[in-house]
Amino acid sequence: MSTDALIMLRRNFKHTARNPVTVFNAVLLPVVIMLMFVYMLGNAFSVGVKYIDYATPGMILLAVAYGLGATAAEVNDDMTKGIINRFRVMDVSRGAVMTGHVVVTMLRSLISIAAIIGVAFGLGFRPSAGFGDWLAAVGVIVAACFATSWLTVAIGLAAKTPQSAAMATVPLVLLPFFSSAIVPAAKMGQGVRQFAEYQPFTPIIESLRGLLAGSPSAGYVIAALAWCAGIGIVGYVWAVTTFRKRV
Amino acid sequence: MRTSDIAASGLWKAFGDKVVLDGIDFDVAAGSVFSMLGPNGAGKTTTVNVLTTLLKADAGTVRVGGHDVATETREVRAAIGVTGQFAAVDELLTGRENLRLMADLKRVRSAGQVVTGLLERFDLAESADKLASTYSAGMRRKLDLAMTLVGGPRIIFLDEPTTGLDPRSRRTMWDIVRELVAGGTTVFLTTQYLEEADHLADRIAVLDQGRLVAQGTPGELKRQIPGSHVRLRFTSIHELDAAARLLAGATQDDENLTLRVPGDGGVKSLQALLSLLTEHSIDADELSVHTPDLDDVFLALTGRANTEVSAR
Repeated sequence: MSTDALIMLRRNFKHTARNPVTVFNAVLLPVVIMLMFVYMLGNAFSVGVKYIDYATPGMILLAVAYGLGATAAEVNDDMTKGIINRFRVMDVSRGAVMTGHVVVTMLRSLISIAAIIGVAFGLGFRPSAGFGDWLAAVGVIVAACFATSWLTVAIGLAAKTPQSAAMATVPLVLLPFFSSAIVPAAKMGQGVRQFAEYQPFTPIIESLRGLLAGSPSAGYVIAALAWCAGIGIVGYVWAVTTFRKRV
Repeated sequence: MRTSDIAASGLWKAFGDKVVLDGIDFDVAAGSVFSMLGPNGAGKTTTVNVLTTLLKADAGTVRVGGHDVATETREVRAAIGVTGQFAAVDELLTGRENLRLMADLKRVRSAGQVVTGLLERFDLAESADKLASTYSAGMRRKLDLAMTLVGGPRIIFLDEPTTGLDPRSRRTMWDIVRELVAGGTTVFLTTQYLEEADHLADRIAVLDQGRLVAQGTPGELKRQIPGSHVRLRFTSIHELDAAARLLAGATQDDENLTLRVPGDGGVKSLQALLSLLTEHSIDADELSVHTPDLDDVFLALTGRANTEVSAR
């Protein structure tokens, strides 16, 4: 990473640290949702295994999604508040500006994922994954974070106001609920089931579920990585072209 | 002869069908203040954006600091500092951190010292560790300008630096610009206020609908526009005639019973005028002092009133 990118990263990091709402949305909210599902609703679902073991991979993805709104708003803020012109006149590369946002979003997601996993263990989460499985799971998580971060940066660049940027990420936040995160897709009604089976979050969650249970499914892992690569490339190209058009 | 730091020739820019800059030529000597005066929508900000590499012109050439803005962007950027119309400070950082960010991006050596120096110079030391979002408009502008000065750019662009500031902050801003010029910096500034251009600039260019309608020193420009005058209103045509006979060079308006007396509007000349009237027992009903403003400049230079200029 270039020095400029590191400087921008430090700036974005301070922003996150000074914005309690961001931290709440990214870290606490997913934990609260997990507690709600596991304690209140978990017993009502029969998923074949202990509910906490079933739900944790889905909650990990939920944690990724919840951090995105803040990034979209912040990216848009940079573009609409004139500071971007200052950076341009100082010859700060667009790469550095965007990389700063992507890396901070990923770090924020990873912190909230660590919190989710920690709380999950407290709630009785007992994965049977070996070291290699854990490593692969982390790889899938990082790939998902990376891909959604670029997509979110693009959304932030394309939006007209910080508010509409944050709104535009809502579908991303809702997607995990319409996947196999909470209950298996097979238990859903006609229409929703097909949607859940074919949307990107389901293979990502299923691959994590398999890896953490110690019985990975190569099909899901490949599908998950393919989705991540696709989303990442679309997000990156969209971000770069929008950036060029905008400034 | 001093070299020129900014030279624009045949600058032309259109957004779609709308021509924003219609062939502009000007020259700014190194170490001088050049002010572009014009109402909202005249093309001032577009000019600044072209000069500072943020926007490409459709035709014409611009050299800044001896480099072509279109082909030697990097060299131009290294020589300039820009303060835009809207304060470009990072609100979630403190004043000190904002300056530090600039110093880091410019790879300034002993950045801490540079930052502290600027905070003191701009009277921001007390609020240095508060978030910029808590700053007043005047403080934000000062911080914005301080950020522009990090690294000591040779040529500085200020786009309407005092719009929206209270009179006191405006004076502070003017003092800072004067200091900069005393230190050898070249300053290009845009403004809507004739008074500001008059106070600061070595040369003024008047921009109207994308064209420069006049250019020169403040003195030269003021000779082209009606000077300040005192307006006297009388209750009868008899008194108006008497006063007009007394004050040579005054312009008489029979319909409104007013008399326009050229003069600087200063206390001394007013006293002299009033005592002259008293001496001859002429009773003026009303007196007002009129100093030329942007409206007069536009009326004189373009033959039409400038409707867009904001009231001050």
